[in-house]
Amino acid sequence: MSQANHSIPLGDKLWRWLVISLPYWWLAIFFLAPFAIVFKISFADPVVAQPPFSNFFDFSPGAESWLLATLDNYRFITEDNLYWISYFKSLKIATISTVLCLLLGYPMAYGIAKCQPGTRNILLMLVILPFWTSFLLRVYAWIVMLGKTGAINSLLLKMGLITTPIEMLYTDGAVYLGIVYTYIPFMVLPLYSVLEKMDTNLQDAAADLGARRWQVFFNIILPLSMPGVIAGSMLVFIPALGEFVIPSLLGGIDSLMIGRTLYDEFFINRDWPLASAVATVLLFIIVVPIMLLQSSQKERS
Amino acid sequence: MSSHRGPSTFILSVLCFGFAFLYVPILVMMAYSFNDSALATVWGGFSTRWYSALLNNEQIINAALLSLKIAAVSATFATILGTLAGLALTRMRRFRGRFLFTGLIAAPLVMPEVITGLSLLLLFVSLQQLIGWPVSRGATTITIAHITFAMAYIAVIVQARLASMDESLEEAAMDLGGRPMQVTFDITLPLIAPSMISGWLLAFTLSLDDLVIASFTSGAGASTLPMVIFSKIKLGVTPDINALATIIIGTLSLGILIASWIILRSQRKTSAQRQSG
Repeated sequence: MSQANHSIPLGDKLWRWLVISLPYWWLAIFFLAPFAIVFKISFADPVVAQPPFSNFFDFSPGAESWLLATLDNYRFITEDNLYWISYFKSLKIATISTVLCLLLGYPMAYGIAKCQPGTRNILLMLVILPFWTSFLLRVYAWIVMLGKTGAINSLLLKMGLITTPIEMLYTDGAVYLGIVYTYIPFMVLPLYSVLEKMDTNLQDAAADLGARRWQVFFNIILPLSMPGVIAGSMLVFIPALGEFVIPSLLGGIDSLMIGRTLYDEFFINRDWPLASAVATVLLFIIVVPIMLLQSSQKERS
Repeated sequence: MSSHRGPSTFILSVLCFGFAFLYVPILVMMAYSFNDSALATVWGGFSTRWYSALLNNEQIINAALLSLKIAAVSATFATILGTLAGLALTRMRRFRGRFLFTGLIAAPLVMPEVITGLSLLLLFVSLQQLIGWPVSRGATTITIAHITFAMAYIAVIVQARLASMDESLEEAAMDLGGRPMQVTFDITLPLIAPSMISGWLLAFTLSLDDLVIASFTSGAGASTLPMVIFSKIKLGVTPDINALATIIIGTLSLGILIASWIILRSQRKTSAQRQSG
């Protein structure tokens, strides 16, 4: 094929255009544009109509102003305690769950990285496998475990350790348990990938010079694995913050996480503009952890 | 990290605890699915009655069929779009908007589902007002939503594979006069096929499992399996859901294990061939 004229053939240009534009435009239309609409509707008024929000522009001759926007939804969020409590409780539950995930996930990742390569692959597969199976049904498994007539209570009753069932389901404790259980693979995998690649010469040198195991850990291993700690923590923290399924299945009536409040606002109260305002605020809250995650990934690569 | 010292007792016990934590609840639930008694507290003997009850439950069967259909279609489209996105990010030289593109690929992975679901629904409603499409919400809108978030996962998987792959084969094909599209189809795609298959499987299971986004983007008529399950388990333990969960988790785990075994074997074969040839 002659390329004497040095211009790119039309077919090649078309192919290049297709590879880039098709996924780009799909995401622009179905992922990026929707946020703009959420933002817009968060300034609308709820009305009893189909769809249940007011128009943004009014070009009819008698209109007072062509732009109909209101800050009422945001004012309502800041004035009603429900939203403050929900945002605060989500932050608290997500933070504590992330710490718990780290405390369990770090030794697990460390242990897996220390195993023989054959065992390592099997253990990694065992960590990943639950992530591939149903999340909803794994949360349900905890209802079977924790319920008043559930597995743990019946076992304890049978052993005679308790006489009345313990309240475990529909508590905040159950929510923590559910989040740690669901998101632990997201903590273990990035930690494993930094720990596995870590050069052991530094550790050996420190040990030869008389450092104790815990000194080696806190002075060498932990600082070197920080990118993995940050990536894992953010991968747990961000989805936990907006979690809906776990608090509504395992939590009590007072487990007001923001994801659940938004869902109820939308489906039960049918207040779409207010739900949009709640979503917009949540989006601004997660921007910071997302940027942390991005920078930690850049550091890793 | 191949230190001469093996894991300590502390590390070993945490590992045991961690894996028990991950697997005991699932195993207990599976055991209960064979319990003849409807009460979790009593063991009424071995029985498969909840499984036969499931087969006669038309609502669950219909929801399962709908979910499988949506999962198969959305996983296929997501694999096509996600692979293109992976190719664009690793094999296309600079293009305008690359920075935004990278962000658009990464964001769906961490976006809370309530936000993705709400925003997509509002998009569909606005589109309906503007251009009259979609006429109603249901299987089609759920499929579009699932393609959108699954393609990001596939793009990440494919991108990782492409980035770690030796480009010399593709360069050789180009030097011999292959056109970019031809090279992609004859050289690149066969080499990344295992990643595309695992991406398809992940997209399939993510779609099959999604409750929140489907609830937002569905209309009155269409209930997917997770939506039916959620409305049932909101009220507590139901024995036929134990049976359903056992079937779903069992099938998915088996499928994933077989698939990863096949992928691992094919990768070993190609690396062995490369070494011998």
